Amino acid sequence: MTTPNTPLWEVFIRSRNGLAHKHVGSLHASDATMALQAARDIYTRRGEGLSIWVVPSTAITASDPAEKGMMFEPAESKIYRHPTFYEVPEEVGHM
Amino acid sequence: MYTQALNTAETDDRGLEDAARAAQFQARIDAEERIEPNDWMPAAYRKTLTRQISQHAHSEIVGMLPEGNWITRAPTLRRKAALLAKVQDECGHGLYLYAAAETLGTSREELVDAMLAGKAKYSSIFNYPALTWADIGTIGWLVDGAAIMNQIPLCRCSYGPYARAMIRVCKEESFHQRQGYEIMLTLCRGSDEQKAMAQDALNRWWWPVLMMFGPPDATSQHSDVSTKWKIKRFSNDELRQKFVDATVPQAQYLGLTIPDPGMIQDAEGHWRYSEIDWTEFKQVLAGNGPCNRDRMAERREAHEEGAWVREAAAAYAAKRAQRQTAQAAE
Repeated sequence: MTTPNTPLWEVFIRSRNGLAHKHVGSLHASDATMALQAARDIYTRRGEGLSIWVVPSTAITASDPAEKGMMFEPAESKIYRHPTFYEVPEEVGHM
Repeated sequence: MYTQALNTAETDDRGLEDAARAAQFQARIDAEERIEPNDWMPAAYRKTLTRQISQHAHSEIVGMLPEGNWITRAPTLRRKAALLAKVQDECGHGLYLYAAAETLGTSREELVDAMLAGKAKYSSIFNYPALTWADIGTIGWLVDGAAIMNQIPLCRCSYGPYARAMIRVCKEESFHQRQGYEIMLTLCRGSDEQKAMAQDALNRWWWPVLMMFGPPDATSQHSDVSTKWKIKRFSNDELRQKFVDATVPQAQYLGLTIPDPGMIQDAEGHWRYSEIDWTEFKQVLAGNGPCNRDRMAERREAHEEGAWVREAAAAYAAKRAQRQTAQAAE
């Protein structure tokens, strides 16, 4: 029998409480339980984390790099969304 | 260093690509931008990286064999625990690298099959045997030392996933080199026999380690394009020289002699080594090194013996998925 290719999972680790889970890499596992165990062995051999998420790679929808302009350019031209756009006299102090 | 058998003919594919896109791509590289998996890239860039990263991954996996051989015979529990952790790291490095290679579009299964079929190479250094415990010290000190020299510039490689994998690998690799040097230091401070054992291991590993950096710049044809694409940041000879300059004082501290009577320090402080025997390198690459056949046989055996595990895991996952579908339908 030919074994199907083992599914790919993306691994996210929270390095300590109070921080967000961060993408650290990917791995192959046939199911979620094995993916978690493999993530522990591959990505946390030196106390890198307190919590692991594994997500099937196929469940991720990514933006298209070719549409980067359309997606992100509108935000770049709106400098009035940043606090430094507004003038506050020095005498007023920190705001 | 991990791609000693690059097929340069494939770089000709670039001529077929849309010239404008290729120019845009090169401009991004020149601006030190990182290339990510879904970005457009020339087919030859993809091929070169798939080959380099997968061969690097195969090297990590095959690299477990010479050292794994000594886990049960480590002289103390402390050494055994350290060696076990090191070999486990090598496996982890192989897995990070396969994952990075896969982002270029070839599955891990295909990459592994190419290696088992003898179509993909791994670093020639792992075709030498680890004969004594001193070899374990020497491998950590010199083989991992040479690997670090090569991998640090790869942390700034133009391909994002490869650069990120290298950052993780480099963080872990430093322990490997230090544990190797500590083994050598212990042997060199021990009995005359122990020191002789350390010297013998250095004698056998020195030249193969220098060969790890690949052919001399004058004869290496594939460096140009890798340099242009910022996959490679230093030439083979530059890295080799850096390694030699870093290693000579370490050997002196141990009281060991580098097996190169012609070695001299030049006016700028660089240690100039003698001519390397490239016929030996070519022989090992061609499959005629001391352990080529053993390593391949062991990898194939491990792969075949693990087949039932992969099948069982796949069958279990399929059964669970089926049950979930049935429950959902109720």
